[in-house]
Amino acid sequence: MPAMDMTNPVALPADWRDFLALTKPRVMSLVVFSGLAGLLAAPQLPPFVLGFTAILCIALAAGACGALNQWYEADLDAKMRRTSKRPLPDGRMDRQSALHFGVGLGFFSVLLMGLATNWLAAALLAASILFYVLIYTVWLKPRTPHNIVIGGAAGAFPPLIGWVAATGHFAALPLLLFAIIFLWTPPHFWALSLFVRSDYAAAGIPMLPVVAGIENTRRQIFLYSLPMAALAVAPWPLGLAGPIYGGCAAILSFVFVALAARVLTNRAAEPARMGPEKHLFAFSVFYLFALFTVLVADRWLVS
Amino acid sequence: MKLEDEVVRRQRARARIMALLLGAFVVLLFLITIAKTGLNW
Repeated sequence: MPAMDMTNPVALPADWRDFLALTKPRVMSLVVFSGLAGLLAAPQLPPFVLGFTAILCIALAAGACGALNQWYEADLDAKMRRTSKRPLPDGRMDRQSALHFGVGLGFFSVLLMGLATNWLAAALLAASILFYVLIYTVWLKPRTPHNIVIGGAAGAFPPLIGWVAATGHFAALPLLLFAIIFLWTPPHFWALSLFVRSDYAAAGIPMLPVVAGIENTRRQIFLYSLPMAALAVAPWPLGLAGPIYGGCAAILSFVFVALAARVLTNRAAEPARMGPEKHLFAFSVFYLFALFTVLVADRWLVS
Repeated sequence: MKLEDEVVRRQRARARIMALLLGAFVVLLFLITIAKTGLNW
């Protein structure tokens, strides 16, 4: 990666709010929620303070990933309108502070997870940080348009970690939740990358719409949404969740696939006319929140 | 505002946040210890 001077031009210590911004709090909210869902869906719950600590560790690890991602991609962020006001490209923080903050937060989260819950959960947490930073950010993202397909695994870890923190072992349901997020990530990110593709192209990131074209990306979004929908409903027929979950998952997944079909039939190339893509992106966030909420509600209210 | 004043203001704000976080961490460690040892009151 080309070196870039990101030293603070006025030699001011970074504001604490900029450290908070490094953790990408909005992304963290979905990560924390899916981790909490994994923990609450487990057959036995740990004492409240240990469950709280497990979720806190997942949040801190997500913050570490955000900070290390922004440290590594500071020069790319500077080229994209969407990210150019982040603390590093905007010159409000020096790169070394971001690196120290990210590494420190990552180590701390893994250590605390191991001490508070179990070391299998801590190992999974460490694996998720390393996967996101080394496999996705450093290796895949700048090299292949399939970056988000494999890299999506990093975001799929939280429900698995939440479950393992509560029980100490793997099971079929959290592995299914992992697979659902894994297949949900490509349609979610590709919908976004369709209407911000000029940003990615300017930064030289080979996202699918930049490399393979808009029509191909729309086809891939639809194709990925089909197995994702099937997996989302699967816990019901497999006896891992009840009919309330099954019914809601079927309706939510039907809407997801219908929106993906609208994306497939859209012919617009200008971001201003990409309403279906924007709708799918917004719904995909709601979809995951709703799916996991229903799973937990089904577990606690019915099962 | 002078540059030195802004530096001091930011350092104080960061020190205050760090103190609060350390205090919360100590309380959390205490509660984790209680939970792990199975003590209740």
